[in-house]
Amino acid sequence: MAMATTTVPTVERENYLNKHYGVSSWLLTTDHKRIALLYLISITFFFFIGGFFALLIRLELLTPAGDLVQADTYNKLFTQHGQVMVFFFLIPSIPAVLGNFLVPMMIGAKDLAFPRINLLSWYLYIIGGVMMLHCMLTGGVDTGWTFYVPFSTAFSNTKVIEAGLAIFVVGFSSILTGLNFIVTIHRMRAPGMTWSRLPLFIWAHYATSIIQILGTPVIAITLVLVVAERALHLGIFDPKLGGDPLLFQHLFWFYSHPAVYIMILPSMGIISEIIACFARKRIFGYGFVALSSIAIAVFGFLVWAHHMFVAGISVYAALVFSLLSYAVAVPSAVKVFNWTATLYKGSIRYDAPMLYAFGFLGLFTIGGLTGLFLACLGVDMHVHDTYFVIAHFHYIMVGGAVMGYLGGMHFWWPKISGKLYPEGWARLAALIVFIGFNLTFFPQFILGYVGMPRRYYQYPPEFQVLNVLSTAGATVLGVGYLLPMIYFLWSMRYGKPAPDNPWNAAGLEWKTASPPTTYNFEEEPVVTWEAYNYDEIDAEHKQEVPVVG
Amino acid sequence: MSDSQAIAVDGETHNPALLHHFAEPQQQRDAASLGMWIFLATEVMFFGGLFCAYLIYRLKYFGDFGAASKSIDAALGGTNTAVLICSSLTVVLAIWAAQTSRRVLLIAMLVLTMLFGLAFLGIKGVEYYDKFVEHHIPGASFSFEHVPIPGHPDQHANPQHAEIFFALYFVMTGLHALHMVVGLGIFTWLLWMAWRGRFTPEYYTPLEIGGLYWHFVDIVWIYLFPLLYLIDRHP
Repeated sequence: MAMATTTVPTVERENYLNKHYGVSSWLLTTDHKRIALLYLISITFFFFIGGFFALLIRLELLTPAGDLVQADTYNKLFTQHGQVMVFFFLIPSIPAVLGNFLVPMMIGAKDLAFPRINLLSWYLYIIGGVMMLHCMLTGGVDTGWTFYVPFSTAFSNTKVIEAGLAIFVVGFSSILTGLNFIVTIHRMRAPGMTWSRLPLFIWAHYATSIIQILGTPVIAITLVLVVAERALHLGIFDPKLGGDPLLFQHLFWFYSHPAVYIMILPSMGIISEIIACFARKRIFGYGFVALSSIAIAVFGFLVWAHHMFVAGISVYAALVFSLLSYAVAVPSAVKVFNWTATLYKGSIRYDAPMLYAFGFLGLFTIGGLTGLFLACLGVDMHVHDTYFVIAHFHYIMVGGAVMGYLGGMHFWWPKISGKLYPEGWARLAALIVFIGFNLTFFPQFILGYVGMPRRYYQYPPEFQVLNVLSTAGATVLGVGYLLPMIYFLWSMRYGKPAPDNPWNAAGLEWKTASPPTTYNFEEEPVVTWEAYNYDEIDAEHKQEVPVVG
Repeated sequence: MSDSQAIAVDGETHNPALLHHFAEPQQQRDAASLGMWIFLATEVMFFGGLFCAYLIYRLKYFGDFGAASKSIDAALGGTNTAVLICSSLTVVLAIWAAQTSRRVLLIAMLVLTMLFGLAFLGIKGVEYYDKFVEHHIPGASFSFEHVPIPGHPDQHANPQHAEIFFALYFVMTGLHALHMVVGLGIFTWLLWMAWRGRFTPEYYTPLEIGGLYWHFVDIVWIYLFPLLYLIDRHP
């Protein structure tokens, strides 16, 4: 076997990357780390497709006149930007890449509970992705990512059925990932890894998985009904035939609001890991941060109708959903306050992952607070369907979820690739992303507040200055996103080899080799310490020269 | 796959069914069982969307749903209910047979379960055919004219609202039937494993989780039957 190579000192240690070579060793792998890399490549591909649509949207909005694309094309651009980014990038992003890679390692397991189902989930993603690509290349879809009826079922003349089925299929990949995580976290923990010793990343993924398994089937059945209605004219959602379009909105948002928490919760898990490591402190209020993830998952299921305040629901229902939407802010605020308290008197280091974490804190707070504006019935009447809403959810999904994703990618890149990324470039990129993001989306708050509606391809000339700022910001943001891809790829070949624990971080994943072996640990670890025991780690390493990342 | 085999060969107390990443058979069994329960939770939500739609339209178009429901053959539905309950019994007996090393009984019970499943689908097919003949399939040829509302003989059901009932009827029973077909596939695989003597009193997890799935599909029917067939049956 390959064990003979250990006698030759110049050859690399055997790890999950070099154990087998060849296409089939990747396409038929059941190793959670290799599947994570397959997901990484796939979602990066879709991220740049979604980004390309965003670029065209921003270019069209550079001038008040609708001059770059036709109105119909513009409808397809924002629809497909939304569908690709939500279903093919944000939802799988952190769970399927970093979660897949880290969940087994963080709890001391050799793999996820169902490795073959894990591979199946990637194939479902790819099948859904190919269907979506085919749909986009042969005409696309123009319903908005929300598929609102009766437009999607009776009037749109674009490829609604194909897009719906693509999202139906990719939904099952999400369900299987969530199912795998829940079983793994329940059944595969190493001896001594009690629930109160779990990293907060695991708690966040546990909460995310609950939403994935309980929410996703509802959008699946909703899309089945939309497809059936469109193909067979059943009448379930068609008001002309006695159907109720509001029922569609209820079913759609029952998943699609909690879906926001599928995007943000894993990111919050990453932020907890990064802040504890770079402040060298146990996270403040561990139990509260852990349980607030579960609370967000539970409350998240009870607020969906705040998307429908102007759709004609009863005022009493609107009041209840408004109050519940305020309530969901409480566990989110618990997290932000606890992270801030963790920083207090910490020995803070400003490495790239920490810069992203700081970015997350500021941007998520803005996104969350503007969410409260929208939960308020009166304000929502004014800003509903304007750029205020667009800015709000981009602060959550891009400023929150994507910042966390990038922070996590930098933090764990040495573990994933076995190489160090160039720290200077990484800090620069983090700065560019932060500036570019704010320049893109902050003007949209103002635009929305003064009345620019979403989903229009032309606008009155007085809105132009803010739109030009936004488009300029999007360009900067694009550069900020390209940079990490370039230097991550560069580091795979030219980067310095990473030590096993470049950050002196707590957590079982740092006790494996970089990159880890196929079964992660040489022998099954036994956990005797609490999570984030940075006091003990730093006391141990006091005499040693810290390894610079 | 080759990795797991290599590891398994190294192990001294070699158990062919134990996968490499589990420490012991009990852990593997618990994981499989929990996985199936979670999957069933997703199925509850999947059908839940439909039940929600049903509830809303039943309340909105109360009499029309009653009239439409009366046009379905409750005797056939009742027979199917009995068939499915019997199939659940044979599943339980199959697991008992595996636990007590009765291989022939195990195979007989699996075959019987599948026969019950096929009988269910056959009867369902007859029902669908009846609906086709009566023009009760939603679409261009749908017709539901002059059908009185139960309890209100002077009023006629609104055909459009009845069409929504039939749309839900076909989507719900259709998805249920699709689950039955998947169940038959699973039981074909279980039968093949039983034929090869893979199940022992120590190892019968696939039977257990396959059985869980089968029972779940039965339970969905137990809810579908009264909601679709038995509302407004009173004279």
